[in-house]
Amino acid sequence: MMLYIHIPFCLRKCAYCDFVSFAGRQEEMPRYVDALIAEMDRRPSAEAVTSVFLGGGTPSLLPAPQLARLLRAARQRYDFSPRCEITAEANPGAVTPQWLEAAASGGVNRLSIGVQACQPELLRAVGRPHDFAAAQEAFALARAAGIENLSADLMYALPGQTLRMWEESLRAVLALSPWHLSLYALTLAPGTPFYDLDARGLLPRPDEEEEFAMQEAAQRILPAHGLFRYEVSNYAKPGCACRHNVGYWTRRSYIGLGCAAHSLVGNVRRANASDLDAYLAGAPAAEQETLAPQDAAFEELMLGLRMTEGIRLSARAWSLFSPGIAHFCQRGLMCARGRRVWLTARGMDVMNAVLAELMP
Amino acid sequence: MKKEELIRNFCIIAHIDHGKSTLADRLIEKTGVMTLREMSDQVLDTMDLERERGITIKAQAVRMPYKAQDGNTYVLNLIDTPGHVDFSYEVSRALAACDGAVLVVDASQGIEAQTLANVYMALEHDLEIIPVINKIDLPSAQPDFVKKEIEDVIGLDASEAPLVSAKTGLNVEDVLEAVVKLVPPPKGEESAPLRALIFDSVYDNYKGALSFVRIVDGKVSVGDRIRMMSSGAEFDVTEVGYFRPGQLLPVGELTTGEVGYIGASIKEVADTRVGDTITAVANPAAEMLPGYKQVQPMVFCGIYPADGSDYENLRDALEKLKLNDASLSFEPETSVALGFGFRTGFLGLLHMEVIQERLEREFDLDLITTAPSVVYHVVKTDGTELSIDNPTNLPDPADINYMEEPMVSAQVLAPSDYVGAIMELCQQKRGVYIDMKYIEAGRVQIHYEMPLNEIIYDFFDALKSRTRGYASFDYELNGYARSELVKLDILLNGEICDALSIIVHKERAYPRGRAIAEKLKEVIPRQLFEIPIQAAVGGKIIARETVKAMRKDVLAKCYGGDITRKKKLLEKQKEGKKRMRTLGSVQLPSEAFIAVLKAD
Repeated sequence: MMLYIHIPFCLRKCAYCDFVSFAGRQEEMPRYVDALIAEMDRRPSAEAVTSVFLGGGTPSLLPAPQLARLLRAARQRYDFSPRCEITAEANPGAVTPQWLEAAASGGVNRLSIGVQACQPELLRAVGRPHDFAAAQEAFALARAAGIENLSADLMYALPGQTLRMWEESLRAVLALSPWHLSLYALTLAPGTPFYDLDARGLLPRPDEEEEFAMQEAAQRILPAHGLFRYEVSNYAKPGCACRHNVGYWTRRSYIGLGCAAHSLVGNVRRANASDLDAYLAGAPAAEQETLAPQDAAFEELMLGLRMTEGIRLSARAWSLFSPGIAHFCQRGLMCARGRRVWLTARGMDVMNAVLAELMP
Repeated sequence: MKKEELIRNFCIIAHIDHGKSTLADRLIEKTGVMTLREMSDQVLDTMDLERERGITIKAQAVRMPYKAQDGNTYVLNLIDTPGHVDFSYEVSRALAACDGAVLVVDASQGIEAQTLANVYMALEHDLEIIPVINKIDLPSAQPDFVKKEIEDVIGLDASEAPLVSAKTGLNVEDVLEAVVKLVPPPKGEESAPLRALIFDSVYDNYKGALSFVRIVDGKVSVGDRIRMMSSGAEFDVTEVGYFRPGQLLPVGELTTGEVGYIGASIKEVADTRVGDTITAVANPAAEMLPGYKQVQPMVFCGIYPADGSDYENLRDALEKLKLNDASLSFEPETSVALGFGFRTGFLGLLHMEVIQERLEREFDLDLITTAPSVVYHVVKTDGTELSIDNPTNLPDPADINYMEEPMVSAQVLAPSDYVGAIMELCQQKRGVYIDMKYIEAGRVQIHYEMPLNEIIYDFFDALKSRTRGYASFDYELNGYARSELVKLDILLNGEICDALSIIVHKERAYPRGRAIAEKLKEVIPRQLFEIPIQAAVGGKIIARETVKAMRKDVLAKCYGGDITRKKKLLEKQKEGKKRMRTLGSVQLPSEAFIAVLKAD
């Protein structure tokens, strides 16, 4: 079992972000932690917790005492296994030694740091409130606090970004010796400033070919630094894949705590209220859906194929999809051995098209 | 005075936009058949489409009592004729039901191609032609100039022509007086066996197919047993009556010279064909009225439901339209690319567009239509002859001795500044120049002999754009001519897409093939694999384009909170695919089928 805890507070919204987060409501964080703890009380579990992930939003905005209180409360209510991986997302410029101290003593043993790019003009363009020096500092402070397992996020196909700038960002972040890298192609989500600009033709961004070249550059450069692709957007040193995210892709159960947090328990998916006031007032699940067996089987594929090693399908999923899989194996997009299936490199690039065809 | 002496049967002929319908409305209003309040504009054009396009598709008629200046009350029957070349046979039958024609000419536009075509047709039917100059209220009106034009070009005396404004009602009574004075009363033998000319037929949900008739000889009453002289089919008359605007007025009988309708529980309009003669079974006429022919569709295309499950709905809709349209023909066909649909025949392009629009609007159907084709004559090497309306059915080139295609005689009227542009276009469309006449200083009539298959695509649009809308265009069919024709196939990923095949002239195959391939490259979305698009004639590739394989189509992120949402995105992607046609491994959007039409 895994825990996800959503911290929906930000200094400001980034131009591409469609996650549920609120700028300018930081004063409500203590009440929010109260609400999180109340939710833990409402949603107990006896299963051992193997991974905890504090995501956001900006978890590094939580004041150190609140972070400590939150981690303590979780540990008291759930059965943390001894080697539990506890990750927190942190933004450069918003991590302090006090916060890191609280995190480390609360058990946080992994940080995911939102570096995004190394050029100040690009960071400004996407609305990130920090520079690359802040990222370097965050890495140093984290290590000083004893957290070794560090990951960085970078974005590509950004407006105004060239292949050269992208390679520069890759090399700059590699110099920080992360154990893990997440490289995200910019996705335009409805409701974001970038989406609207793009719809009006005002977002000069790299085309499909340039985006592809950026991905290829990463695949060329990273292995030389000991980081290997294990998922569509994720690279890690051997043994350092993010356990929490692998849990999502292998459909392990997780309890999502917090405003707009999602959960999967068995085959029940639920979503919490995405309105902060409603959540603070203790609103019950906003949506809950029991997946039909064939939907669950499709999720096995949709999620499992994201990983380079693929997934060993359940007997049901295999019987449903093996004809389609055979078809894609023939076309060089997929491989199968027994019930384990995985995408070829080309297959991974066009995974949506493959899934749309396999979808029941 | 004999009853017929007080009847006048006439029609109004005009170029599109010259005010035919407005004048008709004004006449109806002046004779008091309808008050202004009862009339919505242009009462004779009853279909929405007719109003929008400003054209008349079905003939209509209206009976107007008129107390003339001579003190007599006359019955004026106005028969409104369809206003488009596609319906020229219907027009000819409507004219045959009249004794006179009011020729409306726009006071500022003067004579146009259709004006001439209509006049010639009216003259063929020996109609008394009354020129009327309309829109004299416009500042640009030049009535004297137009009068002279009528005299010079048509040879009609226009000195007495009423100068009217149908819009304001100015001098409209002059038109009524002219009709009474100049249109001859109907001739015909009241005591002779019944002969009624069907000039239109309309389907009514309650009464069945109604025949719109002019009683040439004899009379017809409710209870009579009648016979359609062309088919021999017999029916019992259940109702006869006159036309009021927008409604039918039952009466006991229709007598010689009258215009009205006959209802006889006839199932569909195909049983009461325009041009046929109705006679009485009890005392049958010896001879039909002249001029009957069964019209043949000239233009064919495949009509397919965009969603295959709508096939039955499409069939029902076509059957319903056919009840009221004897010239619409359809039969089932199948296409590898499009599945099940119908090969549908039309009188012409306008007829085709009207039917397609009615299917989509009135029956809420989403359609995919293939490129229109004309009917080709094929003479095979073994001497057998075939008529081909679907490129897919063309025999192997090795088995073809020669082919013939339908030709038209085309008249273009335009300001002389555009002569060069028009001739260039006609030449490009394989037109053969016949002659050119200066109608007056600055305006010419250009006459070309052209293949019908060149004007069914975009000729009219191209003409309009090259002459900034100033040219008018009319054509009539003019037999078949031998021609070097080939089948142009489009191959996607090496497979022929049957629905994209067209028959073209040998010399036009290369540019058209290239244009279609380029257009397809634009409309076919990138797919998992590269898609070669090839245009081929008889197995020889003449053009090639490639739709590159998609590079990247993958969700960057998919974590705990994203999963439900991302699944929905994939579902949408799958739905989008479902709306496309699958040909082998290629997904084709419906725009691909339009590309063939628009590429040039």
